Amino acid sequence: MKAGAISKRQLSQRTAFSLLIIATIIVIVPVLVIFLQIIINGANAISWEFLSQAPSQAGKAGGILPAIVGTFYLMLGTIVFALPLGVMAGIYLTEYAKENWFTRSINLAIINLAGVPSIVYGLFGLGVFVLLFHFGMSLLSASLTLACQALAMTVTTSREAILAVPREYREGSLAVGATRWQTIRHLVLPQALPGIITGAVLAMSRAAGETAPILVVGAAFLLPGLPQSPFDQFMALPYHLYTVAAHVPGMPKSTVWGVALVLLVVVLSFNVIATIIRLRARQRRLNA
Amino acid sequence: MKMNSILSNGKAVGQNETKLRTEAVSLYYGSFQALRNISLEIPERAITAIIGPSGCGKSSFIRLFNRMNDLITGAKVEGQVELDGIPIYETTIDVVELRKRVGMVFQKPNPFPMSVFENVAFGPKRHGRNKIGELEEIIERSLHQAALWDEVKDKLGQSALSLSGGQQQRLCIARVLAVEPEVILMDEPCSALDPVATLKIEDLMRNLAQEYTIIIVTHNMQQAARVSDMSAFFMMEEDRAGVLVEYGPTSELFTNPKDKRTEDYITGRFG
Repeated sequence: MKAGAISKRQLSQRTAFSLLIIATIIVIVPVLVIFLQIIINGANAISWEFLSQAPSQAGKAGGILPAIVGTFYLMLGTIVFALPLGVMAGIYLTEYAKENWFTRSINLAIINLAGVPSIVYGLFGLGVFVLLFHFGMSLLSASLTLACQALAMTVTTSREAILAVPREYREGSLAVGATRWQTIRHLVLPQALPGIITGAVLAMSRAAGETAPILVVGAAFLLPGLPQSPFDQFMALPYHLYTVAAHVPGMPKSTVWGVALVLLVVVLSFNVIATIIRLRARQRRLNA
Repeated sequence: MKMNSILSNGKAVGQNETKLRTEAVSLYYGSFQALRNISLEIPERAITAIIGPSGCGKSSFIRLFNRMNDLITGAKVEGQVELDGIPIYETTIDVVELRKRVGMVFQKPNPFPMSVFENVAFGPKRHGRNKIGELEEIIERSLHQAALWDEVKDKLGQSALSLSGGQQQRLCIARVLAVEPEVILMDEPCSALDPVATLKIEDLMRNLAQEYTIIIVTHNMQQAARVSDMSAFFMMEEDRAGVLVEYGPTSELFTNPKDKRTEDYITGRFG
């Protein structure tokens, strides 16, 4: 009787364990399959020519250099606008803003900013940057549009990184007569920097993968050369992938996979960089 | 250098000038009253101990003097708090300047995650004293005053977090001394330290009291008796607001308490 009760408990324990592990495997398998498929099918397309030349014959021949460069410009443009603004807003919200309806509504807005569908940002960018500000269909308009979208992330990660700096440090600094800004500038920000940079790098990698918003503010189907100024149109990897996959008949399959592989490598490498920065910072904190 | 603490307790601090004064001070956090109607005068160049059970507002009380309570949303002060006769809650008062004159050491040692040197240099640098040579002088003097120089003189470049707890707390004291304050507030500075480190800090306090006005919050009756010249006993009333029960020379308060509640507390009947 007693033994039976125990084995019943063990049975339910084992069932739960098996279910959990199966669920985990189900989660991992599609990711692995997608990666493997892209790597196996795309590897053939990758060559020096593919990475270093402009496309020809509607992308069927030649390379994808303008799309790679365009994507890097976009990431750079996004972060140039989104990082300073995000950090400054993060500082204001954590260090200066008083807890009232105004800051509460700002916080709510930031949370909701992250939930706005990306095409809506695209339309906003079209209305404001392309038409109202006359930036035209351009790298600048697209960077600003993606920066608006990235703000939710840079503000949130900056704020969290700043909040994670112990209150004791701030008190110690104020107690020797440092001003609030000196405390932020010389104590809080240096401590929060790894977290802020991690968020920035992740925001860049997300910007690299966005397709919908840039569609309406300046991404070009095909361009023979690289953008020469922020007011030029540009190519970008995700949009290029969309066009070669869906809009060009007779497109070699390996080219499509090749573009996907390059995009994946760009996005993942930035995620890896973010992880390394985070781990390094944690290590340093533990060693200190 | 070590002083006989019994003797120093006996010194006639009553003749010292008043450095800090509170008159009918009440402190509120929102609708909660943390302190009620506290009036006392703290003599200069002496150690005043604030004692009392947990939660009776001791820390809140000493944070009045460097306006550290300002950081808490909803904190409101009524009554008068004076430093050298100047009311410090006037709108014309520069809080940064006040905190330079009234330094503070916290319960948990809080060295900054930077080198020993940079920790002590932090305050002077923020006040624009960053000439090479001058800074080195300040740091050596401050570390000497905090009785830490001999232990760290060969590792000024090392992370302050690699020091022991007691060394960290003395470093925090050195950091405060580096901006040449007049008053040092100490909020249970030894509660996170072992007995040996505690004694070192107590010796240090006795030495510093020759030049500085020190207020120490402590849970430890023996510590208050050992180091302080004056003692103030705080208690909570029924609405949890802290009140001053008794204040006087430490030797009197501990041997001949006037209030029954003081006597009960120091003889260990509660608290």
